[in-house]
Amino acid sequence: MTQPPARTRDHVAAALPDDTARAWFDEALADAARAAKAPPTAPTSYIAHTWELRFAAAGRHCGHDNADAVRTLLLVEARAGLDTLTRLYQHGSAAERRAVLRALPALVEGPHAVHLVEDALRTSDTRLVRAAVGPYAAAHLDPHAWRHAVLKCLFTGVPLDAVARLAQRAAGDGELARMLTDYAAERTAAGRDVPDDLGRVLTLTGEEPKER
Amino acid sequence: MRIFDPHIHMTSRTTDDYEAMHAAGVRAVVEPSFWLGQPRTSPASFFDYFDALLGWEPFRAAQYGIAHHCTIALNPKEANNPRCTPVLDALPRYLVKDGVVAVGEIGYDSMTPAEDTALAAQLQLAADHGLPALVHTPHRDKLTGLHRTVDVVRESNLPMERVLLDHLNETTVQHAKDSGCWLGFSVYPDTKMDEDRMVEILRTYGTEKVLVNSAADWGKSDPLKTRKVADAMLAAGFGEDDVDQVLWRNPVAFYGLSGRLRLDVPEAEGLHEGNSILRGGE
Ligand SMILES: [Zn+2]
Repeated sequence: MTQPPARTRDHVAAALPDDTARAWFDEALADAARAAKAPPTAPTSYIAHTWELRFAAAGRHCGHDNADAVRTLLLVEARAGLDTLTRLYQHGSAAERRAVLRALPALVEGPHAVHLVEDALRTSDTRLVRAAVGPYAAAHLDPHAWRHAVLKCLFTGVPLDAVARLAQRAAGDGELARMLTDYAAERTAAGRDVPDDLGRVLTLTGEEPKER
Repeated sequence: MRIFDPHIHMTSRTTDDYEAMHAAGVRAVVEPSFWLGQPRTSPASFFDYFDALLGWEPFRAAQYGIAHHCTIALNPKEANNPRCTPVLDALPRYLVKDGVVAVGEIGYDSMTPAEDTALAAQLQLAADHGLPALVHTPHRDKLTGLHRTVDVVRESNLPMERVLLDHLNETTVQHAKDSGCWLGFSVYPDTKMDEDRMVEILRTYGTEKVLVNSAADWGKSDPLKTRKVADAMLAAGFGEDDVDQVLWRNPVAFYGLSGRLRLDVPEAEGLHEGNSILRGGE
């Protein structure tokens, strides 16, 4: 609920700065659709398909505010599979990686792409961390990794509103409650503020803060 | 005062530098790909470096209100190492990225046949990708190197007005200016230019198409040299508009040739006071 809602093709087209950008966007989607219908032979490691070049160039052609949405739509239109998603993530700029993470729920059934989420959660780039804790992570991260993702958001200042299905996954999670309580104690001992979000998610666990 | 440092290796600098640069007026930087002091041993090492220039470093810069772009290339020194040259085949996939505003640093180090090959190939890559080129001029045998560099650029498919010749000094500026290229000066303690010599060059050759950079890196260098040149210009009687031309409008015009320059700093999404960099990156 808490990631920006996926934007449709029409919404994105309406938000583009001008007709040149709209024409570019239409051509990019057509390229991607062609790739989906007749997947060309596997690309060499260095030569990308046309739509993949457009995936990289979306920011300067469509405006950086639209780039995430344009890139995500291209991935869906191309029906990018796990190999393509992994390659685009690994070869991508931070902005491209973010789009791959956002497209995961629409493109990957099952936990096979969880390595990409885990990679993003290892970074200290809050834009990637934020994109990583969406619905795909909610569905597929194991409990230990998910708890650490929540804690990482608190550490790095990513608002917990970004964490998909926070209430459902936190409910009854005594281990998460313990980690939050310990973290709050560490902050307090150091004379630092406890993030507001911490109390909120602790309440969601339904566990009483324990004295230790 | 707004300052654009068109050549600085932020990977080698600390967050204190970013803070001090912002306080001094720096609002935009370009980080050219270069060598790291320690020689690389494989293309994979370049990929990690390029990824950092397109991911982590712009994020770090944005925390301090500074727009960060980069230039991508195989540098002249490592063009001589056969373990590194395969990176040339991978450059096209990086040159299409939004954050890349030129091919560079390319050029000569020791003026070897391997450097000839890499320079010509990468000038062609710049032409193919609609990008300008940042060309490093050599530190040893400088004037001969400058002449040879200009000859190679002239023979390439890249127009002279899309090329920035960097690390110029009193001995090379005239020929570089006659070539029609943009003129870059690195103000770097001990080995390159200093502020007062820079002011003299501006007096003699004018402010048109001149860019001044700190070239700060892992060596003895100073990321605030751009501001120091601005102050020296004002003290020497140049006007605010001259300073703005050299330290902002000229770099914007040159790297703007890429069509990819973005000078509004992307807001660090969803951050509040305690972000990970300021706190040491858990
Ligand atoms: Zn340099």
